[in-house]
Amino acid sequence: MWIDLLIAIIKSVVIIALLLIGFAYMTYIERKVVAHMQSRIGPNRAGPLGLLQPLADGIKLLFKEDIVPARADRVVYWLAPTLSVVPAIITFAVIPIGAPITLFGRTIPLQLADINVALLYVLAASSLAVYGVVLAGWSSNNKFSLLGGLRASAQLISYELALGLSVIGVVMLAGSLSLADIVAAQRSLPYIVLQPIGFLIFGICAVAETKRAPFDLPEAEQELVAGFHTEYSGMKFTLFYMAEYIAMITMSAMTVTLFLGGWHGPFLSELLGPVWFSLKVLFLLFVFVWIRASWPRVRYDRLMGFGWKVLLPLGLLNVFLTAVGIVLMG
Amino acid sequence: MIKELIEGLGVTLKWMFRDPVTIQYPEVKRTVHERFRGRHVLHRHDSGLERCIGCALCAAACPSQAIYVVPAENSNEARYSPGERYAQVYEINLLRCIFCGFCEEACPVDAITLEHDYELSSYDRRSMIYTKDMLIEPVPAGGADTPQHRYAPPPQEMPSPSYHRGRVESPPPGGVITSWVERE
Repeated sequence: MWIDLLIAIIKSVVIIALLLIGFAYMTYIERKVVAHMQSRIGPNRAGPLGLLQPLADGIKLLFKEDIVPARADRVVYWLAPTLSVVPAIITFAVIPIGAPITLFGRTIPLQLADINVALLYVLAASSLAVYGVVLAGWSSNNKFSLLGGLRASAQLISYELALGLSVIGVVMLAGSLSLADIVAAQRSLPYIVLQPIGFLIFGICAVAETKRAPFDLPEAEQELVAGFHTEYSGMKFTLFYMAEYIAMITMSAMTVTLFLGGWHGPFLSELLGPVWFSLKVLFLLFVFVWIRASWPRVRYDRLMGFGWKVLLPLGLLNVFLTAVGIVLMG
Repeated sequence: MIKELIEGLGVTLKWMFRDPVTIQYPEVKRTVHERFRGRHVLHRHDSGLERCIGCALCAAACPSQAIYVVPAENSNEARYSPGERYAQVYEINLLRCIFCGFCEEACPVDAITLEHDYELSSYDRRSMIYTKDMLIEPVPAGGADTPQHRYAPPPQEMPSPSYHRGRVESPPPGGVITSWVERE
């Protein structure tokens, strides 16, 4: 009993630490990759190759003045950044990052919690993230923030539907909502082969859910300054960034788990599970950045139109086709 | 639309593997063209005598009146230049200078040319007035500093006209950065 609790605590600490380091270096990777795509160099002053840049940024942000706007709703204003970080982090709890390992006679799954409704849990947690954004926009007492929050809520709710629909195909194939079972079902064949439409919809919705370009309307700087986090400074601002990047990591991990075979790899899959998993996640994170460097922002009405009129019917079609396929193939 | 989106991704990926165009300025300096007009340099003869004869034609030609020359007479005891006179005071206000190069065209003895130094900045206006000792080039090897104790050299020692045009040994690189110069 106590040892289980201890294992869970250790796992949580490791996951949170990895996510925070991942967040810090994701900012670095993004800046470097985007810079090179724009024929620039990117950060190269702090440490060799600028590798200490995240540290320098972190220290700088810690010492920034913490501003609360006049007539802001203070309690909500303080709560909002936390509300957007926590869902991003807790989603990772159910994602398996490798085969179970045996240490001192105990079998330890490389997953914090293998719950039987993991997929529902993930969708629920990622939906919670919208509260942080909406409340931040509302409590800032600023029209740009409010508009950013409004856009975020509308966008996240519209794309969540398609996101939910796109994973139903996977659930039908695997016959389980548990992510460990879904990964196990992809041992021989990743679901991207069987579910290309589902993968496409999930990918697009993942970008929209994480408010990344080309769906970054909640913080469209040309129109809304910085959208919902216009008024935030210092560590509270950092928390929003943390939420965005950790959500990116989590969404990439979810895509890997659902469509790219999780920790399975071409060879030494049992042993190198976490390595395969990290490589796949890193590739998807690169795609996130690549898309940001390449594509312009979608107009707002088209964003909503695309979500409701294209992705949602496509998701339903995918569910239908999967069902037909399962019936025909047995 | 899908085709264009993929093409866009291709463009960014292609550029990611090219060298950035950024020049890391304080460490790496961009090469300038041979005929780049930077800060002025006052030249010397091989003997160390100053080329400038204090005629102030440069000051007369200067459209922004940036040059101030006070001539003085040479003597055998204190000889600065081969001619009768030399520039006792020679100042260029680089805040006024527009780097047009009229002074080097006006100079009858090719004493002044615009060279490649472009790092001209200071914290106050006063120090942007460059005096003669800041503009004049160092004494060449084998020469002696001015004032020299000597007679006026024979006229043959006067320079061939427009010697600085000989600087242009190759055509300009044509606006393309072809190489970087490491900081010395």
